[in-house]
Amino acid sequence: MSVLVGKNTKLIVQGITGSAGTFHAKQMREYGTTVVGGVTPGKGGLVHEGFAVFDTVAEAVKKTGANATVVYVPPPGAADAILEAAQAGIEVIVCITEGIPTLDMVKVKRALGAHPKSTLVGPNCPGVITPGSCKIGIMPGYIHKPGKVGVVSRSGTLTYEAAHQLTALGLGQSTCIGIGGDPVKGIDFIDCLALFERDAQTEAVLMIGEIGGTSEEEAARFVKTSMKKPVAAFIAGQTAPPGKRMGHAGAIISGGKGTAAEKIAALREAGIAIAATPAELGKTVASFVK
Amino acid sequence: MKIHEYQAKEILKKFGVPVPKGRPVFSPDEAEAAAKALIAETDNEFVVVKAQIHAGGRGKGGGVKVVKGAAAARETAQKILGMNLVTHQTGPGGKLVKRLLIEQAVDIARELYLGLVVDRGVGQVVMMASSEGGVEIEEVAASHPEKILKEAVDPVVGLCAYQARNLAYGLGLHGGAAKNAAELFLQLYAAFVATDASLLEVNPLVVLTDGKVLALDAKVTFDDNALYRQKDLEALRDLDEEDPAETEAKRYDLSFIKLDGNIGCMVNGAGLAMATMDTIQHFGGVPANFLDVGGSATEERVTAAFKIITADPKVRGIFVNIFGGIMKCDTIAAGVIAAIKQVGLKVPLVVRLEGTNVDLGKKMLAESGLAVTTANDMADGAKRVVALAAGKA
Repeated sequence: MSVLVGKNTKLIVQGITGSAGTFHAKQMREYGTTVVGGVTPGKGGLVHEGFAVFDTVAEAVKKTGANATVVYVPPPGAADAILEAAQAGIEVIVCITEGIPTLDMVKVKRALGAHPKSTLVGPNCPGVITPGSCKIGIMPGYIHKPGKVGVVSRSGTLTYEAAHQLTALGLGQSTCIGIGGDPVKGIDFIDCLALFERDAQTEAVLMIGEIGGTSEEEAARFVKTSMKKPVAAFIAGQTAPPGKRMGHAGAIISGGKGTAAEKIAALREAGIAIAATPAELGKTVASFVK
Repeated sequence: MKIHEYQAKEILKKFGVPVPKGRPVFSPDEAEAAAKALIAETDNEFVVVKAQIHAGGRGKGGGVKVVKGAAAARETAQKILGMNLVTHQTGPGGKLVKRLLIEQAVDIARELYLGLVVDRGVGQVVMMASSEGGVEIEEVAASHPEKILKEAVDPVVGLCAYQARNLAYGLGLHGGAAKNAAELFLQLYAAFVATDASLLEVNPLVVLTDGKVLALDAKVTFDDNALYRQKDLEALRDLDEEDPAETEAKRYDLSFIKLDGNIGCMVNGAGLAMATMDTIQHFGGVPANFLDVGGSATEERVTAAFKIITADPKVRGIFVNIFGGIMKCDTIAAGVIAAIKQVGLKVPLVVRLEGTNVDLGKKMLAESGLAVTTANDMADGAKRVVALAAGKA
């Protein structure tokens, strides 16, 4: 078992003929992901690096039976690409694109309300990986190993750091979900925690948050009220100054809200173990796993 | 991206929002001329001289003065221009005032607050209003949350007239003033969406003794992600308000923020970059910057990043912390080596490499003959650079 993606995932790549799309489509195929084709409007009918290219997502779904997509389309067209996938009935939509205007995402979120079967991961995220069976996104595959810990994170490289440590400790990961660093996005911590709570393979969850917003506080409440599995966490940005956007569009302390200290206090209050430094991500969760 | 009050008001005016008459000036001469013209135009001897910096709290800091007559406007302009204005938002260093707004004084009956933000929780634009005008909204939220009225906006239909009326009546406005306020709210929402703003605050929004409603102040922040489709806004950027190192970094697509410490950091990924700063602090050091070289940096960008870090005279040690995914460790190594060859290395350098092509990257650094301390992991690297920067290792 795993969450969101696994052996039955049939993936298409939106923006497959672009440089990022091409590179990562090949990497994902190499990892063992079932990549059934790609979409680039105007290039339908081509075979690109061995992948069948379609003009529309609907056509790709019809011809390949795809149930997941990964979006590498540049920011001006990314919101449109997400909506096209939802309209075509794709269940898991992973959007890697960084730099989508926030008001575009506000519209996407509203429109996705009409597509309850579609789950959006991202944007501005590294993707989702179920080690050993399916990698969707841009993460390096080899640092992962099938295992017991579910990982959910707002950061890309910090997720790699966590996965690397869990692999080194022999714990491995059930699924790693990068939810992305944007202020308005698809699934959030709570959605992922609920998925991991129901997943038989997952024994514990490692959650990596950062400054800005209140998702971590909401997650803390969820853990307290609705989870039996143990959760460990790290919050990045304890030294970040207020009012500055720390790389991610969503990582900003505004009006004195969204600080790491507030988040850590809320998580502790919910009984969540906190890693003091990112070097202790793996160790902090290890004590929970047999 | 932030802009000045006078620029924000010019934008709002285009959307029909009533704002006081005024004009930006850059010298005492211009201030006097502007005041003279305003006084003639409005038949009112009082004008307001307002410092234009990208920070709030200007009034309390002494950057906003009401004066009588053009000569007084000149005198006050002379005092404020060139002053280092310190407010709770500028930090202790303050900001140098180079521009002023000379504006007509108005007869205020009530001061209100109006703000538009993207609410991350609901994923919608929310209009907030409060009867506590002139006070920071954060203070109101903390002390009297019940005084903040909110209307979430459906992006497809936009702000509805009934929502605007709800806010106006909720603020205790009646008759003509309520009608004027509701119309202004709709115009503000239109301006927010059309310019891809991420924050728009009118504080205070004032009701005049004659029932007119005016945006007496205006603060707008634009979504950096949307600037590609808001080309006109680029002309409003004031480079004097931005850190020169941050401007330079932007040219290379680097995400860089200057901080007060003495340990320079170069990291890939925003989360890891923040976590690296935290780890340095955990071991007793203070980071000099936040720097995310990004996931697909070239050797050239890495070199530029390294140069920006070493240009800070306060830096006593550098920590390069890379977890290569798409970013390859050998690219980082090549960029660092190239930068050192160009600008030299005057402070200790600690490098931690992990991930794609890590062995090749380490080998390149070892064979470069440069004095590089390699670290096994992030904590080890942070400890080492803190000790080296303090001269203890």
